[in-house]
Amino acid sequence: MMPQDISKSPVCNLAAGEEIRGKWNKLPYRIRRRLGYGATGAVYLADSMNGSVALKIGHDQMSITSEVNVLKRFSKVQGKVLGPSLIDVDDWQTRSGTYPFYAMEYLKGETLFDFMKARSPEWAGILLVQLLTDLHTLHQAGWAFGDLKPDNLLVTGPPYRIRWIDVGGTTVMDRSIKEYTEFFDRGYWGKGSRKAEPSYDLFSAGMVMVNLAYPARFTRKSDPDRQMHDLRKNSPMLRPYAHILEKAWNGKYRYAEEMRNELVLLLNENDKRSVKKNKKSTVQKSTVQNRTRQSQKKKEKSFIAETFLVFTFVFIVYLFYILGQTM
Amino acid sequence: MHKKGTLRQILLITDGCSNQGEDPVAMAALAHEQGISVNVIGVLNEDAPEYHRQGLKEVEDIAMAGGGISQVVYARQLAQTVKMVTQKAMAQTIKGVVNAELQQILGSKSTMDDLPPDKRGEVMEVVDEMGETMNLEVLILIDASGSMEDKMLTVQESLLDLSISLNSRIGDNEFAIFAFPGKKKEVDELLSWSSRLDSIGKVFSKLSLGGITPTGPAIKEGIAAFARKRSSKRSFLSDDAPGYIEESGM
Repeated sequence: MMPQDISKSPVCNLAAGEEIRGKWNKLPYRIRRRLGYGATGAVYLADSMNGSVALKIGHDQMSITSEVNVLKRFSKVQGKVLGPSLIDVDDWQTRSGTYPFYAMEYLKGETLFDFMKARSPEWAGILLVQLLTDLHTLHQAGWAFGDLKPDNLLVTGPPYRIRWIDVGGTTVMDRSIKEYTEFFDRGYWGKGSRKAEPSYDLFSAGMVMVNLAYPARFTRKSDPDRQMHDLRKNSPMLRPYAHILEKAWNGKYRYAEEMRNELVLLLNENDKRSVKKNKKSTVQKSTVQNRTRQSQKKKEKSFIAETFLVFTFVFIVYLFYILGQTM
Repeated sequence: MHKKGTLRQILLITDGCSNQGEDPVAMAALAHEQGISVNVIGVLNEDAPEYHRQGLKEVEDIAMAGGGISQVVYARQLAQTVKMVTQKAMAQTIKGVVNAELQQILGSKSTMDDLPPDKRGEVMEVVDEMGETMNLEVLILIDASGSMEDKMLTVQESLLDLSISLNSRIGDNEFAIFAFPGKKKEVDELLSWSSRLDSIGKVFSKLSLGGITPTGPAIKEGIAAFARKRSSKRSFLSDDAPGYIEESGM
């Protein structure tokens, strides 16, 4: 049976200084503080024999075992560190029951929101590029991340790098997404299925960006397409990315790399624009260029109009000729 | 690889105590005996939740007797809950079957939880695989007594959301929807077995909200609907055996 209120469960209320020892591997862990808790259990910062670890304790064998399976797979994704590395898996026996837990690498960093508070808006774009790079690697390995949201991400460093901290939603491609959060779920917005595929994660990645601009989040209205369009337009932070975000929203990207490359191009362009602002002469030059481009366009247009007129004239003459022949 | 099997579930959504007909706890036990798990979601009133929570004690008893899962929530949490309960119940049933198999292999009372973590992970992969590929039949029983009136739109949205999730699986799904009390009978069929819930809006407009709550008879009717489905299938498919999971040649 499930507990009615997870926050009251013993696994969510371990005191600092308490020691936990596994039933199988007998390794001791001393609790320092709770880092957070969710539907499947709580995560603590703890001291092990080999330094600090993040300890996740759950009340449900199955979901903890699934998470461990995913973490094991992550260590097999070649050449790249994607999630936190897995250190130990065990059971904690108490008088009130046996609780499964695992120890993983403790990643120290800032939440996405805290990080962005102190920094200029272009960092949002750069973090998204990093995220998309990792997503591409994960997708190539045959997995979708699933529950992509700021709460499951952390910025470590310097050098600053976005990292995944909770991989509980990671799902084998083509299966149904294991875990998700409404705001970041395309099913909730009526924009597609909950099948694990790259475009599912790319939708969520876009929504992570939207969430950075609107930290309070919001709920679905009767016309989500319109709603999102307006929200993108009304945010100075999102406006430069509006085109890319719209494509992610509509599932137009088939691979993370596609979205990443477009974003990198855009970020490079943005750099040029900010340079323009600094140097007036370049601004003038570019406006001159723009003007010549416009006049070229006008010329093209008038050329088309001329051709059209000539053709119509010839055609009318031809009509008269035919008429003359048949009469 | 094992062959595909079928999981059968009743999902009862109610906001109160039964007050007519057979004991719903007994009917849930009867369903459980026939390989149908009974899951219950109790919907709380926003105005008097604590008082109301007491009245929903029955919810837990029905689920326990029915070998399923229960959850008491506010209407606004319904979408997440409907899905979570359905999926947890699937996993629980599969785990039950896997445990039974393990006991045959390893003897005594060993279950998945007694295995060392490594082995447990391997078994879990089998459980995941089954949850993804097995066919699922969900019969949804909706309490249509007067007090549910303002929650009906939420119920409808939650079920649509459930079908999005389940139809993203590899296995097939079939849904049926019944409401109680019905217009003239105790229970009305709103939607007969169908793989899609897209037309669900029209179904809900047919509802008339009544005063009594015949939860027991509703579960009984649910069991009958499964039986009818099984017998109609048997006419051209004879390898259908009773039990939680059919044809699961593990």
